[in-house]
Amino acid sequence: MSKAYLSIENVGVTFKGRGVVSEVLRGVDLQVVKGEFVSIIGHSGCGKSTLLNLVAGLLPVTTGAVILDKVAVEAPGPERAVVFQNHSLLPWLSVYENVRLAVDQVFRGTKSRAERHDWTLHNLNLVQMAHAKDKRPAEISGGMKQRVGIARALAMEPKVLLLDEPFGALDALTRANLQDSVMDIHAKLGNTVLMITHDVDEAVLLSDRIVMMTNGPSATIGQVLDVDLQRPRRRLEVDTAPAYVAARHAVVEFLHDRAPGVRAAAA
Amino acid sequence: MALPALSTDADPAPPPKPAGASVVSMPSPPKRPVSAARLGENAREFAAVALPPIVTIGVLLFLWEAIAMTHPGGLPAPSMIWMESRELIVHPFFDRGGVDKGLFWHALTSLKRVAIGFSAAAIVGIALGVLVGGSKLAHRGLDPIFQVLRTVPPLAWLPISLAALHQANPSALFVIFITAIWPVIINTAVGVRNVPQDYRNVGRVLRLSPAGYFFKILLPAATPYIFTGLRIGVGMSWLAIIASEMLLGGVGMGFFIWDQYNASRISDIIVALTWVGLVGFALDRFVGLIGRIVSRGAAAD
Repeated sequence: MSKAYLSIENVGVTFKGRGVVSEVLRGVDLQVVKGEFVSIIGHSGCGKSTLLNLVAGLLPVTTGAVILDKVAVEAPGPERAVVFQNHSLLPWLSVYENVRLAVDQVFRGTKSRAERHDWTLHNLNLVQMAHAKDKRPAEISGGMKQRVGIARALAMEPKVLLLDEPFGALDALTRANLQDSVMDIHAKLGNTVLMITHDVDEAVLLSDRIVMMTNGPSATIGQVLDVDLQRPRRRLEVDTAPAYVAARHAVVEFLHDRAPGVRAAAA
Repeated sequence: MALPALSTDADPAPPPKPAGASVVSMPSPPKRPVSAARLGENAREFAAVALPPIVTIGVLLFLWEAIAMTHPGGLPAPSMIWMESRELIVHPFFDRGGVDKGLFWHALTSLKRVAIGFSAAAIVGIALGVLVGGSKLAHRGLDPIFQVLRTVPPLAWLPISLAALHQANPSALFVIFITAIWPVIINTAVGVRNVPQDYRNVGRVLRLSPAGYFFKILLPAATPYIFTGLRIGVGMSWLAIIASEMLLGGVGMGFFIWDQYNASRISDIIVALTWVGLVGFALDRFVGLIGRIVSRGAAAD
């Protein structure tokens, strides 16, 4: 796998606290090619968020390594921008200022003031939020906040974009809308994306590959599924395609077999 | 031609405020062209906000009057106060030199002391609060001391500060400082500790420098907490200054009250208490207002 852009190599995570040692992840191996859209799906508590935090550098690995573009990840940084589950916009800054803060921080040395202003607006346009640039996060809807969160992450020109259940808190219609936007942006910019989700349809619709996690403790990758669907994918055309139905079935089956209730019934 | 017409149109916009209710806070009216219908709506809104307190005050004054009439020898009735202290009520700005001044000047002197002592408490309190909130070591070392000292009543500090500083005025300032600082420290520390993990993560992903993190994330996130502390602090410092002036003398609200007590002018004391209450209320609202402007909606999410 010399082509791998992002490489997660034999990663394990163990938390120690008050004499209790709990192994969250064990032996996770994953290679992601540049421009690939990979989803990670699994039951609650399977450590999928932990895995994302490792790639982000927000958590240290206990064993193994995360390597991005030939450099080991040791700390958080803008080349691995995160879109947080609950948007995490700073409420005292306007929409524009939230994105501008990231732009200023990343491009202070390389772009002029005017260029940074244009780049901020460009990214807000990309998520169709330029119209609300002077609003505060409290004044816009949940879906709009998440759009701004995505704009902020994109504005850092990350090598890999990390989405941590980005649409989990949104209603179904808003979610569908944002999924379409993310597909458009991915088609336009060709980002490498790692997305955590617990929504099967979302994973199948958006991803090139779906990584299915086993249940914790000591969770690891159970199965990796290639989603063999042409892009661009249109929601209404794709969801009856045999490849879509097959992929969806495979993921549901994997998750169902590992549902806590099913295991208890089988035992 | 058009301009004067407009300005006369706008003139009657603020509804006349009855003297007793001048401190009722109103939602700022939206900037729209003033129309007759809008004016009527404003007047109704104003009545809805202002009428209940006016009615309660009226009822209380009436009860007070009734009780004072039936039990002579106790506190003077409102009508009695009006007769005895009319001069004091209607002329707050007279100044005959020395301590023979209108209540406005006494209040101003007290407020100046509060301004100095409270500003010092705010600066030192926020700095200490950031330190205690940000560092576990500082928290372990300092927090027990704070927790003990903050329970010491303001006036108990007065002999200590007099012994240390030898002069009345700096002692009064120190009492304000030491009274107001604890809520500022404690609330700031809570605010700093409660910066949401998400905001910290944003700072880490953006690789903000320590100074950048402090000014762009930590301080704005803690601002609502800081202002809660400042608001409690300013209220406490107003309590402290009145009490300490009673002991220290000179010009000031506390001294005035003590002086009138010695002269057995109870009516004047009641007028002064009204001033103390209204000024304290205004102080509280003032700090609250500043907090709302400075935190720019940080509390709302």
